[in-house]
Amino acid sequence: MYRTVAHSRAWAETRTGFMLPTRTGFLAEAFADVGAAIEKHHLATTFSWQDVAQRYRRSRVGAFWLTINMGVLIGALGFVFGTLFRSPMQEFLPYICVSLIIWNFISTAINEGCTAFIGAEGIILQVRMPLFTHVLRTLYRNLIILGHNILIYPVVLLAVGRMPTWDVFLAVPGLVILVLNLLWIMLILGVLCARYRDMTQVMQNLLQVIMYLTPVMWMPRTLPDGISRLVLDLNPFYHLISVVRDPLLGVPPSSFSWMACVVYAIVGWIVALLLFDRYRHRIPYWL
Amino acid sequence: MASITLTGVSVEFPVFNAASRSLKNRVLSVATGGAIDRRGDGHVIVRGLEDVSFSVKEGDRIGLVGHNGSGKTTLLRVLSGIYRPTSGSAVIDGECVSLINIALGIDPEATGRENIRLRAAMMGMRRDELREQFDDIAEFTGLGDFLDMPFRTYSSGMQLRLAFSTSTAIRPEILVMDEWLSTGDEDFKHKADKRLHEIVNTTKILVLASHSRELLQKNCNRILWMDHGRVRLDGPVDEVLPAYFG
Repeated sequence: MYRTVAHSRAWAETRTGFMLPTRTGFLAEAFADVGAAIEKHHLATTFSWQDVAQRYRRSRVGAFWLTINMGVLIGALGFVFGTLFRSPMQEFLPYICVSLIIWNFISTAINEGCTAFIGAEGIILQVRMPLFTHVLRTLYRNLIILGHNILIYPVVLLAVGRMPTWDVFLAVPGLVILVLNLLWIMLILGVLCARYRDMTQVMQNLLQVIMYLTPVMWMPRTLPDGISRLVLDLNPFYHLISVVRDPLLGVPPSSFSWMACVVYAIVGWIVALLLFDRYRHRIPYWL
Repeated sequence: MASITLTGVSVEFPVFNAASRSLKNRVLSVATGGAIDRRGDGHVIVRGLEDVSFSVKEGDRIGLVGHNGSGKTTLLRVLSGIYRPTSGSAVIDGECVSLINIALGIDPEATGRENIRLRAAMMGMRRDELREQFDDIAEFTGLGDFLDMPFRTYSSGMQLRLAFSTSTAIRPEILVMDEWLSTGDEDFKHKADKRLHEIVNTTKILVLASHSRELLQKNCNRILWMDHGRVRLDGPVDEVLPAYFG
């Protein structure tokens, strides 16, 4: 049973009807939606695998085109920037490989997060489904792509003759905290972009600028002496990328970056849930 | 007990034309002082439903009639829980499934089997439910070996068969349909009609929007005539249909 009273905020979960009203209360609607989406996460996984499969069907190597494209890009950029910065390839190539792969994950997830609801218009207007499912679907899709891309890394390590250290495993909790952060960013942007369509373009431009401000192509230690470390410390994307990248490069991540990421996640989720709770029911009207 | 109660339901759509939808306009309107005054927060509003009240009890088979733009689709979306009324309240008690676009979620490049899974997920079927029903669905399509071929290689009749078989495998308490699903060649049509009647008979509440007098007469016991977003007439079939069709 569900009750859609104009101003009530009461939804919970049913077996097939997806949501019903049981409790009202602070953030009840947002929690119910996110909770139902997590419980029904098989919807998001089914559709996201489908998304990836769909792009590469009838191609011989299929989704591994992702890996090939990324590999070529890393090779080319590694060569150009390694030569420009006069960095030893043995160090620079693994660096740019991990950086590009993680950055690609972050930026595509955020960009596609903007269209998470807009792109699912057909579904949202016809089927009753938790709206957060569409955000999860977008995230999973990019995780699958990340999984394909990361295969390049061991190859690069082999090529330059470096061995991974045990720190590599610290990348897993790093990825978890990164994903938790991406989810709230995507949720907020999904809502805002459904209402203000220009936001999608604004974000695209912004992400491009952020890419150059964040050490993705360049290494933090190549910062000229006159420039303060604050450029890095005040950049949230530096911390988000570091918690996954550093362990992969054999460096334990800094506790400062970790703390920053945890704080972002907590504050971000509170803001996202407040916004979502308030505007969730308006989203179908905006599509 | 399945039931639907709508009390004073109104649905208003904000119309964001390209201009009012953008941030630019928000910023500029502060500067220009908002010469064009529109409603409240400044956009045009279209009223899809206005003060709609009715209640439906178990056993009701409602036919929805009305001209284009009379609010039928909006009403179906309120009943499916997609639009929350902008004022009034809608209480829908029971699992509600809408068979509005039965091809939603289908991927033409995927095989028939994959599409059954995709479509079932879209209908909200759980994995274990699907596992139980998969063979029945596959059998009902009558597609045989074609199930392992990509969907795009199917003729349009075969495509409909697959979508129909999967979509009708579910047995909701409340069923919402926009037009009767008519499908395929004579052979399948017969089977499909039988299946549809089965669902219609097992669901506790049916809401069917249609333009066909015959269909409404055959399947419904109550007609709701929508006009300009309001309920114009609500009553038994032999009262409302003659008035509507004239």
